[in-house]
Amino acid sequence: MSEERTPGFDTLAIHAGAQPDASTGARATPIYQTTSFVFDDVDHAAALFNLETFGNIYTRIMNPTQAVLEERMAALEGGTAALAVASGHAAQAVVLHTLMEPGAEFVAGRQLYGGSINQFGEAFKKFDWHVKWADTTDAETFRAAITPRTKAIFVESVANPGGIITDIEAVAGVAKEAGVPLIVDNTLATPYLLKPKDYGADIVVHSLTKYLGGHGNSIGGVIVDCGTFDWMASGRYPSISAPCGSYHGMVLGETFGNFAFAIAARVLGLRDLGPAISPMNAFLILTGIETLPLRMQRHCDNALAVAEWLTTHDKVSWVNYAGLPGNQFYRMARRYCPKGAGGVFTFGLKGGYEAGIALVGKVQLFSHLANIGDTRSLIIHPASTTHRQLADDARARAGAGDDVVRLSVGLEDVGDIIADLDQALEAV
Amino acid sequence: MARGHMAKGHMDHDRYSDAYIRDILLGHRVFAVVGASVKTIRPSYFVMKYLLAKGFDVIPVNPGHGGHIVADQTVVPSLGEIGRPVDVVDIFRNSDAALGITEEAIRIGAKVVWMQIGVRNDAAARLAESAGLKVVMNRCPKIEYGRLSGEIGWAGVNSRTLSSKRPVIGSNGGQQRSLRNDG
Repeated sequence: MSEERTPGFDTLAIHAGAQPDASTGARATPIYQTTSFVFDDVDHAAALFNLETFGNIYTRIMNPTQAVLEERMAALEGGTAALAVASGHAAQAVVLHTLMEPGAEFVAGRQLYGGSINQFGEAFKKFDWHVKWADTTDAETFRAAITPRTKAIFVESVANPGGIITDIEAVAGVAKEAGVPLIVDNTLATPYLLKPKDYGADIVVHSLTKYLGGHGNSIGGVIVDCGTFDWMASGRYPSISAPCGSYHGMVLGETFGNFAFAIAARVLGLRDLGPAISPMNAFLILTGIETLPLRMQRHCDNALAVAEWLTTHDKVSWVNYAGLPGNQFYRMARRYCPKGAGGVFTFGLKGGYEAGIALVGKVQLFSHLANIGDTRSLIIHPASTTHRQLADDARARAGAGDDVVRLSVGLEDVGDIIADLDQALEAV
Repeated sequence: MARGHMAKGHMDHDRYSDAYIRDILLGHRVFAVVGASVKTIRPSYFVMKYLLAKGFDVIPVNPGHGGHIVADQTVVPSLGEIGRPVDVVDIFRNSDAALGITEEAIRIGAKVVWMQIGVRNDAAARLAESAGLKVVMNRCPKIEYGRLSGEIGWAGVNSRTLSSKRPVIGSNGGQQRSLRNDG
């Protein structure tokens, strides 16, 4: 492409990382469904194992289909490199495995996806990694939670399911002062709506399962290295800045410069923990990404129309969507994601718990399930499903009170989406 | 005019065009690596190994290790003692040292002065350019070759290039890519 132009987002979504196949000319990215790759000769094998050259060894560590997905995501987020893994949860585990040591802490906004709350608060305790919770809506609470053992700060750009638009720039300021990287989960916004790097994020993670794949068919995750954090100057992240025992004492930060974090996450975290993405899933997600700009705009437009309609319904007590003027995060949404506030939001039913159960039973077009970011419209009543193990007060604190319904508004005709909710609300 | 090409007669050393870098890598074969380490875990070793695998002639230069063998090549103490034509002088030293090395590079008739990532000396660049040499600063030839050939994408690295052309398979193995000579 002519070098006078910087390619636009829509062009990158289709082309970044994907040249025609070198040996066959296949234009779509081939699914390299293979465990392993032959070496050209013993010297080539040695060079690959010593990280002296670029190339493929084994699909647990890298794969050419996966690589296209990685470069695509790095380009869309404006990062230096990326690593695709088996799920969004795997992305978080690999990121923190690269940054943390036993006894270390990280600070996370407490209004996270419930699965992340479990992973951070429970599973990571077994590694002796300790999360300190802060209030996502108040950067000062992050500052207050920093200690000498803090290794990172973690927030979601758009927090699920609370409908919070995070002031990333304010939290990034705290991270910078503390000398720790800021990790942003950008799953709900996608880089189409918001690029966390522009506001000071150092690492971006995604569940690719949601809007990026976009069709509800594949689980995947990705880690994007923004190339902004100076690991060698910090010296507090030995996986990157200290001699590496399994690579003859090489210092990854010295050898790989501004994409050393992504390399460390791959050649240590992914290599040793093992949550590789399958080539088939990488292919399906890549195909989804090609239409991300079109789909994401329609998700936002449909969600806004549905949210506006719900505010007028007499069985609905409240609607929490940052795209609605009057919402407490409306101003933040205008600043961080002016193209739209995403496709997921919650609303309250005057009829409470029973009404919630009735509504999910009566819908015909909406699917009652625990995912978001599908082409299809999705509905869930968290109190009776994802959050039912929690005590009443804990449910309310998590934004999953008895009356709460969460929608992930799909790409169907918006008139049909509203008509389905209308007939179902009629019956509750 | 392509981004990063000459503007008002001066190179923009903050932003090189891909064509400028590609022309340098395609048009030159002999690299003298000044500050080459004899340790096999240092970045200079990785660059030498990679350039050798791509068919470049690589001469390690280090006054403290003359006569040692690194990456199967004999270390020469100084540029002046190489005794055969050198195309590119690749500098693995600090920015201050780059000026003296550039003067030597001009003396031995090198065509390009290349300073590694983190190395930048604008006075040296002006001197080299006024002597007719091309200059690259704060870049790594291994990364640039990997980026422009597409190989670096295998590591998930953002090559910042787009192409609808088939990558060129290298002559020395199926998992090798070469630079496309189409500017």
